[in-house]
Amino acid sequence: MEKFDTLTAVAAPLLRDNLDTDAIIPSREMKSVSKTGLSAGLFAGWRYTAIGGRELNPNFVLNKPQFGGTRIILGGSNFGCGSSREHAVWALHEYGIRAVIAPSFAPIFFGNCIRNGVVPVRMPAAKVAALAAWVEQDPATHRVTVDLTAQSVSTSAGDMHRFELDDEPRAMLLEGLDAIDLTLKQRPAIAAFRERDRRERPWIYLDKAQWTS
Amino acid sequence: MPRTLFDKLWAQHEVMSLGGSVSLIAIDRIFLHERTGSVALKSLQEAGRAVVDPGRVFCTMDHIVDTLPGRGDETRVPGGKAFIVETREAAAEAGIRVFDVRDPQQGIVHVISPELAIVLPGATVVCPDSHTCTQGAVGALAWGIGSTEAEHALATGTLRVDRPKTMRVRFEGRLAPGVTAKDLTLALISRHGSVGGNGYAVEYAGSAVRDLDIEARLTLCNMATEFSAFTGMIAPDQKTFDYLQGRQYAPKGEDWERAVAHWRTLVTEEGASFDQEIVIEVGELAPMITWGTSPQHAVPVTGVVPSLEASGTPREAYDRALQYMGLESGQPLAELKIGAAFIGSCTNSRISDLRRAASILKGRKVAEGVRAICVPGSMTVKRQAEAEGLDQVFRDAGFEWRESGCSMCFFAGGESFGARERVVSSTNRNFESRQGPETRTHIASPETVAASAIAGHLADVRGLAGVTPATGAAGAAANATAGRG
Repeated sequence: MEKFDTLTAVAAPLLRDNLDTDAIIPSREMKSVSKTGLSAGLFAGWRYTAIGGRELNPNFVLNKPQFGGTRIILGGSNFGCGSSREHAVWALHEYGIRAVIAPSFAPIFFGNCIRNGVVPVRMPAAKVAALAAWVEQDPATHRVTVDLTAQSVSTSAGDMHRFELDDEPRAMLLEGLDAIDLTLKQRPAIAAFRERDRRERPWIYLDKAQWTS
Repeated sequence: MPRTLFDKLWAQHEVMSLGGSVSLIAIDRIFLHERTGSVALKSLQEAGRAVVDPGRVFCTMDHIVDTLPGRGDETRVPGGKAFIVETREAAAEAGIRVFDVRDPQQGIVHVISPELAIVLPGATVVCPDSHTCTQGAVGALAWGIGSTEAEHALATGTLRVDRPKTMRVRFEGRLAPGVTAKDLTLALISRHGSVGGNGYAVEYAGSAVRDLDIEARLTLCNMATEFSAFTGMIAPDQKTFDYLQGRQYAPKGEDWERAVAHWRTLVTEEGASFDQEIVIEVGELAPMITWGTSPQHAVPVTGVVPSLEASGTPREAYDRALQYMGLESGQPLAELKIGAAFIGSCTNSRISDLRRAASILKGRKVAEGVRAICVPGSMTVKRQAEAEGLDQVFRDAGFEWRESGCSMCFFAGGESFGARERVVSSTNRNFESRQGPETRTHIASPETVAASAIAGHLADVRGLAGVTPATGAAGAAANATAGRG
């Protein structure tokens, strides 16, 4: 996974609360068993003038010229709620988004961000709104910096906000670690756990003959 | 120190601490479906990694598969057939049990898992599907994950999990006839918001929850994700054990006795503390219906579209919701004419749901101009309903009677409702364009959907003949018959 350290970029406000993963990428845009080829479907319901079409809706924030090169989304509360589809994060990432700043995140979406090198930054609603207002004055030059080492969001106007992220997800993002590789290093501990558990809860360990017959 | 149910489940599955609040948690059951499980299996195989214990992994076809009679692999979902075929192939290669398109046990993951006793009390269950929390209803720790996390669970039998805080929601008192588990969850979310459960593992408790049959408990836990919770769960009790005993994947013989003895310990102890507690008195609750575009936008079906102040929603979101739904503040919900009615989904498609809806529909007709659809949650539910003649009740009333799957809860099968069409639906999400581009969804219980389909407008089911309490005999009978393997 790609490492994340510091990013200074154009930020686009999409401040509505409960922005769901169906809106981030509608089902009809998930056309193959793949983690790629999804960015064209990002926000398809809003980004294009017609369902299934590709003519850009000029009123949608990401289509406005001043928001060209957007790599940070400013969101509302419960960002990424709804369907667990990781395609939402894959589509955001492929489009170029590397951080989402919002008051709160739906838990599955939050985890999906961590596993794909997208930084989910929790920040109080009033601060996100203030940041969005500042960005909108001149999006191309009013850039936002997300510094994962310092755990801060700052602006060229000198505003700075510290955010919290647990050590484990922060390390995963900073180092670009693969969680499976990390966990496989714990094989002996996992095997020992399973051996003990199999004695205590044998009914958990299904015999495949039970269903292959 | 007295411990909560969640504390016990966490401790029993904690392989090791990974520092801070993150632990390595052993996973007992993994479920996959063709929409998000397919990509996990494929990616795992491409990385050259094996499924660590395929005997504890299951896969179903529910999210893309067609629900029209006579279906096969073809579907109107763009590229849909490839998802079905590739899932089948990847699952076969991995050696995992697939409930395939024509399997007599096929169905919606969160319907078939309890129906076949794949989920068990005290088990950890994950699925790349947000409604996995449904399965917490039998006392499991069950939560939705992404596809990458599913790969991790498949490859290691574990997940790295940030420990959530704990919340108990107590529903106290007795439900009035016509008021159901669906109304409990909508009441909770409408009062405490769609972010109210964010960061918490929620235990549902209280006398009203103990009174619910298992299928109603599954409905209650189903929408923990709409509360933004990590999961929902209910302590297992005798009803749970009676429900599971004899089902296909349930422990048998001596194992069963040992298991039940263990499961009886899976309760929150007296005096255990939660990070947050909520109490809701249920006696006064009415059937609920949503008016807006978030599950928190719910009011009693006898109510009106709330004012901005009463809505608990910021102005911009409130205006947007009203505009999308084509409503005005103060408008009575019960006067809204509908174009369609849908009974189905992992929330409300089990045999007891269909029985209750059928008891409303018996001898009645769907109003002219209303398209009504019933999609049983599993082929087992469908067969049971047909054995009881419920399919005929639905058909006679004017409902389409489908094969099982997620169907028009969203885009499954590639079908949608119309633009600006008003739909009353027993599903879980009323998001913009969820059931079709610009479709206006009102979510409610199956009985409210049935009553509205007959009336041709949103309607209060109370007062119609055929209304039975959700906790009544119909539910108990369901437990006794459906899904024995």
